[in-house]
Amino acid sequence: MASWGEASESRLIGKRIPRLSGKDKVTGKAKYTFDINRPGLLYGRILRSEVARANVVDLDLSEAEAMPGVKAVLPLVEVGRQIRYQGQEIAAVAAETDDIAKDAIRRIRVDLEELPFVVTEEDAMAENAPQIRDDWAGNQSEPNVREEGDINAGFEQAAVEVEATYHTPVQTHVCLETHGHVAEWEDDENLTVWASTQGVFGVRNDLAGHFNLPANQVRVITEHMGGGFGSKFGPGVEGRTAANLARATGRPVKLMLTRKAEHLVAGNRPSMTQHVRAGATSDGRIIAYDMKGYGTGGISSGAGFQAPYVYHVPNRRTERRNVAVNVGNQRAMRAPGHPQGAFAMDSLMDELAEKLGMNPLEFRRINDPSEVRQAQYTLGAQEIGWHRRNSVPGSGTAVKKRGIGVGSGQWGGGGGDGTQARVTINADGTVEAVTGTQDIGTGVRTAIAIIVAEELGLNPTDVMVKVGDSGPGLPSGGSGGSQTTASVAPVIKTAAAAAKQKLFERVAPQLEASVEDLRVGNRTIYVVSDRTKTIKWELATGQLGMESISEGGHWDRELRQGGVAGTQFAEVEVDTETGAIRLIKIVAVQDCGLAINRLTTESQINGGVIMGLGQALLEERLMDPQTGRMLNANLEDYKVPGTFEIPEIKSIVFDTHRKVTGVGEPPCIPTLGAIANAVYNAIGVRIRELPITPDKILTALAEKKA
Amino acid sequence: MPDKEKKQGTNISRRNFLKGVGTGTVAATVAPSVLIGAEKEADAQTGDAVASATIQLNINGKPYQVEVEARTTLLTVLRDGIDTSGTNIDLTGAKLICDRGECGGCTVMVDGKTVYACMMLAMDAEGKQVTTVEGLADGDNLHPVQDAFVQHDALMCGFCTPGFVVSSAALLSENTKPTLEEIKVGLSGNTCRCGTYPFIFDAVKTASKKM
Repeated sequence: MASWGEASESRLIGKRIPRLSGKDKVTGKAKYTFDINRPGLLYGRILRSEVARANVVDLDLSEAEAMPGVKAVLPLVEVGRQIRYQGQEIAAVAAETDDIAKDAIRRIRVDLEELPFVVTEEDAMAENAPQIRDDWAGNQSEPNVREEGDINAGFEQAAVEVEATYHTPVQTHVCLETHGHVAEWEDDENLTVWASTQGVFGVRNDLAGHFNLPANQVRVITEHMGGGFGSKFGPGVEGRTAANLARATGRPVKLMLTRKAEHLVAGNRPSMTQHVRAGATSDGRIIAYDMKGYGTGGISSGAGFQAPYVYHVPNRRTERRNVAVNVGNQRAMRAPGHPQGAFAMDSLMDELAEKLGMNPLEFRRINDPSEVRQAQYTLGAQEIGWHRRNSVPGSGTAVKKRGIGVGSGQWGGGGGDGTQARVTINADGTVEAVTGTQDIGTGVRTAIAIIVAEELGLNPTDVMVKVGDSGPGLPSGGSGGSQTTASVAPVIKTAAAAAKQKLFERVAPQLEASVEDLRVGNRTIYVVSDRTKTIKWELATGQLGMESISEGGHWDRELRQGGVAGTQFAEVEVDTETGAIRLIKIVAVQDCGLAINRLTTESQINGGVIMGLGQALLEERLMDPQTGRMLNANLEDYKVPGTFEIPEIKSIVFDTHRKVTGVGEPPCIPTLGAIANAVYNAIGVRIRELPITPDKILTALAEKKA
Repeated sequence: MPDKEKKQGTNISRRNFLKGVGTGTVAATVAPSVLIGAEKEADAQTGDAVASATIQLNINGKPYQVEVEARTTLLTVLRDGIDTSGTNIDLTGAKLICDRGECGGCTVMVDGKTVYACMMLAMDAEGKQVTTVEGLADGDNLHPVQDAFVQHDALMCGFCTPGFVVSSAALLSENTKPTLEEIKVGLSGNTCRCGTYPFIFDAVKTASKKM
């Protein structure tokens, strides 16, 4: 049975190894799609609607087309069609410089007949609201209702009940490299696209379909990529437009979204509002749970969330709806549905525990079926100093009050079949590993090098890893769902093992040993039963001549495992005079399965925590109900965490088993609940609506006093 | 404090320049009844009679001669500029991320002070020493900040990294032994979305030991 071996046998796997792309990234050499500069490059721009809903009455491109330096202008909406959200594409230009392209889109004349719109959930659900989707009465989808157990019997057994409404607003991805592409046609039938994407093969297949080309005549390259978080799958309108502009002009075209468009049309995490009534027995078991909730994914659906979350609830009824608004569509965002669901559930848990007079951690221990989290509670509580929390929330007379809270999360991340890879050993001793995955910042490139180097007794820097290119025709899935490493690692390992086997077969006769008796380490192949028999790596590979060894691998299920549990503890300090919240410390105990690279795994956990704290304290898409526009489609009014918001973060790689799993998403889940509960523990008033901002703190404190 | 310098890097910032030009041309180029298209600040230039000039720039110790328009930012020249000899300058380490002096992705040094290159007009950089992230290393020898960033994994996607590296180097050139609080202040003009901050702080501390 395939295995990664024991930790004690691993020379590289599980150690802290700096990522291979580090030097290129710190020197500015790393080329992202945004940095691609091709001979004859043109710059593309898209004119977008500033209104949320309108009929397109007329579109006149002629003035833009006549401008010097403008090489192509393409309509992206038909006259007679409806604009359904701010940012929707109207037309695109390609020009000699980006400034000319900017000028040109302002010379496009579009006549729009404005229509009534709704941009907030409340307005959409109001009586007499304009109907913005023909298929959803009252702008709401049919409710998705689920029932388990007997909810009425459950409530009869309940000793305490809590009824509350929890809300999280829309969050946007804020990829620092905006969505974008550079498209270049070699001839009428061969297209190369540099794409800022989480899935090179997805982009390839979409564009091949769009242009009706054989898939292998479209090549997609993503050497480096500036953040996706779930929003960068497929070329989208902008990618197809870049390729269309390149085709129309016969020149390469770069088309990156503006920062504003990135907020408007490149995806977002849907909002969540849930009204919950829940009950617990006197011995601390959650016994009944009744939830009615909704969220908006923009004009589309997709506003699901997890409720209840992770804890065992025997009797429950849930009802969810999507609400349509005239705003750009949601896209998957880091653990879709989980952080918002976790925030509501962990807030509810603390509210129930308080009514029972129980310690919230003890209440969780009773209701949490995960053995892993049970162990994490113990470790995390030690690390944060759980005993220091206020036994009476909000007690004390200090202006600045501290509190401690806990939250939990769960994710899959077990990977999937479908990755092809080749590991090649060349006569000069060099080793290549090639596969069609992409490194979106997770460090999978380095993980691949570590696995190959471990198998072949080399150093990670000895392995040339080629990812982010559909050219070699070795597909891999998109980097989403925390699936990348668990999808790729088993294939790479088995490919490296197969290549090693071939090399051993080659040298076994010279060493007068059986293949099974050979090992490799320290750039030397040796015979286990007779250590005096050795051959240097380069001498062994030198015999290959023109015949490089090149082997594929397979997705061995035994090498990976899904299902990761996580727990986080937060300590906060709240200034009761200003409402300012300062995070003191976050302890993240994250089940990581087998961490191929402990260093980059810690980075992932840090990153998840920081994105989570942004959602807890800062981030909110603000829509103006009067104008239908987003009020903070930039980086000064849409707040993402900066240096001042970063507390001490203790990211603990919690070793559970020796199988590979993904951790890109799970660490962003428990943070929200942990912070919200810590704020409550500090000041004794509960904020049920994210982000927890100073105004909400002050209002809640004032209401408590009154 | 490097952060302040960024916002006041030049006498005529792009924002002030645009204010000066005014918005008189906006109405003429916008479709009736509905405001469409790019942000208002960009409306100040309509492409008509754009003033241009040939300027001399010193970037990473090398002289360049480029033709720029009045509106051309230093960042545009670094990334997309073409020297009058026909070579692409192609210094793409500095990134355009927020496009308005908020995120620090385009941070470079001008005469040793950090500047947001998206907020500085190229013409204002004439006669000054511009240092980009590409100019920090001494050949193959990384700057201590760069080396520490790699060792500490102070980067993930890496898109913001050049800006953080330049800001960190500038911070350490002014304060060789910053406290954690001073590091946070010094890097407060830079934004990361992957969440690399904790390891960035560690990296700057490590680098400070070698300064």
